[in-house]
Amino acid sequence: MTIGLTHYLAVAAILFTIGVLGIFVNRKNVIVILMSIELILLAVNINLVAFSVYLHDVVGQIFAMFVLTVAAAEAAVGLAILVTFFRNRGDIAVDDASMMKG
Amino acid sequence: MDLQAIAFYLLAAVTVISGLLVITARNPVHSVLFLIMAFFTAAVLFVMLGAEFLAMLLIVVYVGAVAVLFLFVVMMLDVDFTQLREGFARYLPIGMVVGGVLSVEMVMVAITVASNGAAGKNAGPAAPVADLPNAEAIGRVLYTDYIYFFQAAGLVLLVAMIGAIVLTLRHRPGVRRQNIGDQVARTPASGMKIVQIQSGEGLSE
Repeated sequence: MTIGLTHYLAVAAILFTIGVLGIFVNRKNVIVILMSIELILLAVNINLVAFSVYLHDVVGQIFAMFVLTVAAAEAAVGLAILVTFFRNRGDIAVDDASMMKG
Repeated sequence: MDLQAIAFYLLAAVTVISGLLVITARNPVHSVLFLIMAFFTAAVLFVMLGAEFLAMLLIVVYVGAVAVLFLFVVMMLDVDFTQLREGFARYLPIGMVVGGVLSVEMVMVAITVASNGAAGKNAGPAAPVADLPNAEAIGRVLYTDYIYFFQAAGLVLLVAMIGAIVLTLRHRPGVRRQNIGDQVARTPASGMKIVQIQSGEGLSE
């Protein structure tokens, strides 16, 4: 049985689902939510690279690079917001975050 | 089953299991370590696909920067993580239902696209060209057709860097700092004061 595009797409789909499930079950733990977003973006990258290779077109890998850039920026800003939130409240429970007014 | 299939199934299993452990680990430090493992195995999958440059980029950017940033923040924040896990069992059934439906749908779409889509017309993956390495192939497209996107990506990183610094910058009250502007703006006239003192009286501020 040879490994084809379907196999890579299936792995990416399962990884994406795990990321969504992680957001569902860890609704209070914002650090794990951020990690789940990273998993989702990794699944998207696997999809882009697999399509790029099987379509014989390198542009997909360029887009994967841009996704990587945005993911790095998102992690940096998200963690900075998290540190500021922790400094203000002494806690990172996001269900209290709606109290943050003004 | 040839060697490539064995390697693929092994790597895919490790990626999926470490992804599951990221979201179920009790200790967030373990979550970050499993995230690093998922990134590593995904990078090896990229190598198997023939995208070596992106694989190395994944290790440098994700493992070297993002995951270490996560590790720093998790270790720096003094949080009771057991309290944050409540609701895990409550949301697990609905999460499993949604995840199962999503997963089945996406795998079915993947099977259809892989056989009937544009990629199905090609016989197999792109064969490696001997005189054009992967990094060079990316560079030839990235620095010509996508140069504006490349510059925009740099701008995004700059904005993210400034944003992260501004968000975490903190001025503590009561700490005396050097004010270079004041020092440079000082003139001989303002820096020196001549006081006439009556003899025998001394000087007080």
